[in-house]
Amino acid sequence: MKEPASHANPPVDGSELIRFDHVTKRFGSNTVLDGLDFSVDAGKHVTLIGPSGSGKTTILRLLMTLVKPDEGTITVAGDQLFPASEKQVREVRKKIGMVFQQFNLFPNMKVLRNITEAPVTVLGMSKDEAEQRARELLDLVGLADRCDAYPTQLSGGQQQRVAIARALAMRPQVLLLDEVTSALDPELVAGVLDVLRDIARTTDITMLCVTHEMNFARDISDQVLMFDSGHVIETGPPEKIFGDPEHERTREFLGAVL
Amino acid sequence: MQWDWGAVADFMPHFWDGLLVTLQALALGSVISFVLGLVWALLMRAPSRFVRWPVGAVTEFIRNTPLLVQLFFLFYVLPEWNITFSALTTGVVAIGLHYSTYTMQVYRAGIEAVPVGQWEAATALNLPPRRTWTAVILPQAVRRVVPALGNYVIAMLKDTPMLMAITVLDMLGEARLFAQQNFQFTEPLTVIGVAFILISYLASVLLRALERRLVR
Repeated sequence: MKEPASHANPPVDGSELIRFDHVTKRFGSNTVLDGLDFSVDAGKHVTLIGPSGSGKTTILRLLMTLVKPDEGTITVAGDQLFPASEKQVREVRKKIGMVFQQFNLFPNMKVLRNITEAPVTVLGMSKDEAEQRARELLDLVGLADRCDAYPTQLSGGQQQRVAIARALAMRPQVLLLDEVTSALDPELVAGVLDVLRDIARTTDITMLCVTHEMNFARDISDQVLMFDSGHVIETGPPEKIFGDPEHERTREFLGAVL
Repeated sequence: MQWDWGAVADFMPHFWDGLLVTLQALALGSVISFVLGLVWALLMRAPSRFVRWPVGAVTEFIRNTPLLVQLFFLFYVLPEWNITFSALTTGVVAIGLHYSTYTMQVYRAGIEAVPVGQWEAATALNLPPRRTWTAVILPQAVRRVVPALGNYVIAMLKDTPMLMAITVLDMLGEARLFAQQNFQFTEPLTVIGVAFILISYLASVLLRALERRLVR
């Protein structure tokens, strides 16, 4: 089955795609990440869990180059993302897509143009091709009939599904999901998570999620990373982390959220 | 005091001349202030302080000196350096320049009001900076500032009589000339007063219609 969301040249499954070496990030006197080392293999679905302020979202924001680390190196598919020149950053950034907690759709553009804008202006795709792909992606997220709506005419759940389609339209190798259901009304959460499960199941895209939806994390993850105070304190497959956590902090955290 | 409809009739041909001049000054002054204000606002966001400082200093100076002084300066001082424009051109440039230092503040507020998430989404999609401005930030910022810009158009309308000071025959100029020649002040001044109210009112109606169209 040819899947619209898959990347044209997927990296070999299982090879290392993302690597953080001794990454430190401070906000003022607050050290959010303290010499963090971690890596994610291509095609894997990795979930970051842990208490608020433990640095999970900062990892996604560093990868998306929305913030810069103070120390360390970040590598994506063998290319350095930090430190790097602006030109190199623009190249590496093409491999990464992100879905935000607050959707961040462009309110001045209709749904279809939200999705086609970047493929046309950044990838140089023709308008027709971009629109055709956008319609395929909207079909994938169950919104084929809302091409001509403005974002504010959609529910939060629909907006988030458009945002997922918009990120996939750039054919990224990695999809970053930053608490994508946290801003949604409870009854809209399931629709968004179903779309993501579908994408996780049918594509070879690498996923890095920060979420408070533990059932979702258990369903889609190959690997779960438990964060506390800027360190990974425990990592393993979801059955292990959720079923038989080793670390006392992990047990406390899961006890509080489950 | 007596009201003389005959004087009103005699004044009307002059009134239309003056109205045309006032509307010209208003329209061109608005265009200059909208465009130049946006240019100032964008320059104030330049990465280099060698751009920001001069622009900040010049605009601050223009904003904090009276329009009337600027009119006199452009009209009477520039010709000494052999730079000469017609009175109306001078007036339009002065009023547009003066108000651009106010509209730049409006644009600045509008740009700052665009949520940071919009910038982040543009980065995540790898949009080049120029495209981020033209396709994402400015359309949203401008939409937000239309009401405030419209208020400056109405303020500008009420400042157009100052152009009389540099010999432009706007509505007030025509009224004064007519009054002095015929010793009839009440009728021409009343007519242009009513005209100012009507233009302001029309402008605000148009503005509200535009706002409604832009609300999304």
